[in-house]
Amino acid sequence: MSTATSAAPAGAGRERPGRRPAGTDTTASGRRRGKGSPVPRILAYVALVLLTLLFVSPLLYMLVTSFKTTADAGSATPQWIPDSPTLAAYREILGNPATPVLRWFLNSLLAAALQSLLIVATAALAAYALARLEFPGKKLVTLLILATLFVPPVTLLIPNYLIVGQLGWLDSLAAIVVPGAAGAFGVFFLRQFFVSLPPELEEAASLDGANRFQVFWKVILPLSRPALATLAMLSFLTNWNDFLWPVFTLFSPENQTLSAGLSTLQNANAVRYDLLMAGAMIASVPVLVLFIASQRYVVEGVSRAGVKG
Amino acid sequence: MSETATSAAPAAAVTSGRAAPAPTHRSRSGEARTAYLFLAPYLVLFTVFVLVPIVYGLWISLHAYDFTLPEQPFVGLDNYTGLFDGSSPFAGPFWNSMQATYLFTVLTVPLLLVVPLLVALLMNGKFPGRTVFRAMYFAPYVLGVAVVSVLWRYLLDGNIGLVNYYAGLLGLPDTTPWLTDLPWAWASLVFVTVWWTLGFNAVIYLAALQEISPDLYEAARVDGANAWQRFWNVTLPGLRPVLIFVTSVTLIACVNMFGQSWLMTQGGPGTETRTAIYQIADTGLTNFTSGAASAMSTLFTLSLILVNIVIFVLLREREGGRKGARR
Repeated sequence: MSTATSAAPAGAGRERPGRRPAGTDTTASGRRRGKGSPVPRILAYVALVLLTLLFVSPLLYMLVTSFKTTADAGSATPQWIPDSPTLAAYREILGNPATPVLRWFLNSLLAAALQSLLIVATAALAAYALARLEFPGKKLVTLLILATLFVPPVTLLIPNYLIVGQLGWLDSLAAIVVPGAAGAFGVFFLRQFFVSLPPELEEAASLDGANRFQVFWKVILPLSRPALATLAMLSFLTNWNDFLWPVFTLFSPENQTLSAGLSTLQNANAVRYDLLMAGAMIASVPVLVLFIASQRYVVEGVSRAGVKG
Repeated sequence: MSETATSAAPAAAVTSGRAAPAPTHRSRSGEARTAYLFLAPYLVLFTVFVLVPIVYGLWISLHAYDFTLPEQPFVGLDNYTGLFDGSSPFAGPFWNSMQATYLFTVLTVPLLLVVPLLVALLMNGKFPGRTVFRAMYFAPYVLGVAVVSVLWRYLLDGNIGLVNYYAGLLGLPDTTPWLTDLPWAWASLVFVTVWWTLGFNAVIYLAALQEISPDLYEAARVDGANAWQRFWNVTLPGLRPVLIFVTSVTLIACVNMFGQSWLMTQGGPGTETRTAIYQIADTGLTNFTSGAASAMSTLFTLSLILVNIVIFVLLREREGGRKGARR
């Protein structure tokens, strides 16, 4: 665990995400390949293609099935191209008041966007103080926040349920937006980034008479856009996909999120795979689109947190 | 301690607001005040939803805490001893769920350490379409457990699932009860978890592989090291710091497994694939016996801390030994 906290070298996040360290092209296998026979290279491609099939075909089948009739979706002979493609499954779940999928979609969207915003705002402020300001108790606060990175989520499950209950937030948007924003990852992630920014820029600004908040707002935040965007995206994905917490804290059908709603859909329609796949598609498309659009940031964010953090 | 931080903020603000209206930015107390103001919003969240719950959870575990009853009498360690001596009605289910959790973890973690490494090695090198492959293997991870579980429940369906259909075409048994019988249910849960999260670990490995200096490989090659020796003496040592991180993260993710068994097997057959989180959530949040559930989660957390310490020490020691040997 201490690697996670101490290994982050200054300068780790200085370059923009997507940067390539010099010399990346000449990785080991890149060189090895240069003189060897083409056989390992062909084998590698075969392996990559097989893996791709394993990863893509289930998702493709989900897409295809969502356009099938109930009978075709339940057929023992798989159809990769539906005999009679139809939007019936989508129409049925969107129109069923017991499973208001459109409402779930909006709940998920609102919760994920609000939490992501809350995390970026509070974590950026806190991370700046921890990275750049001096105050009594700084080491202790830093240590405490980092230590909780390793508290397993289940430790908080029961007490947070009771706290949220006492706040009167059960079965409401607040339950799935606020408590989850208290995690330590965002602060940790941004602190590493801020530490790596050259202090000269801030000094210049404060010589010009800017106070700390102005420096933060006008110098630090604009420089940190890639890191903030990465954190926002990771937070959005996490909240959108969260399952355990919304399943237990949201009761009313109209207050569900999509991921929790899917289990309602499954229980209500045990063998209606056309409906389940349509629901799964509705839950997948936004995050897949977000992921494809910002693939570089998401992957960079994950690998930076793992390797440099 | 962070209580000092939060409560000191307004006090400091008031004092300096009165005494020194325009302190210089570099003054120590001015900077401290600013720092507390920057920290305040996060620390409020952190205190209410992280620090307080940690302590509150322990407090609950010492009470016969039932959400639905008016009184929550103090019972000392009864919730804990009941789980150990079997006098608690939850003792049997709890230990079964612990066993299930650790069985799942022991089966899954090694796969999630090795398979993503193979994938990362396969992708380490420059070839056309590399980022596309990387994105494809990572994609299931962004989908979340609910979608992945519902999808694989369909594909693994014993009667109409794709998996049994293609197994039949290959001349294999085509009626395997993937989700409703053992050991198949475990195989399915492990497979789906690896499929779902493989990309995450692979991406971390890949980034670490690219940090290893090509000069080291060059030097090894000059020394006449073959591919395997280069992997063993250059690649693995280069990955070691990341390995601690990956192991720790994967372990925590695996012991916290919940959604897959809730959605794919419903804990079945019987309660065989009910994990600890499943049991704790069911006890505390469905039956509202929060005292017992909190005691379970404390024991569960302690066991996890213990395992993490063991792994950390093991990986650390080997690292130290290695460095010593090379010098």
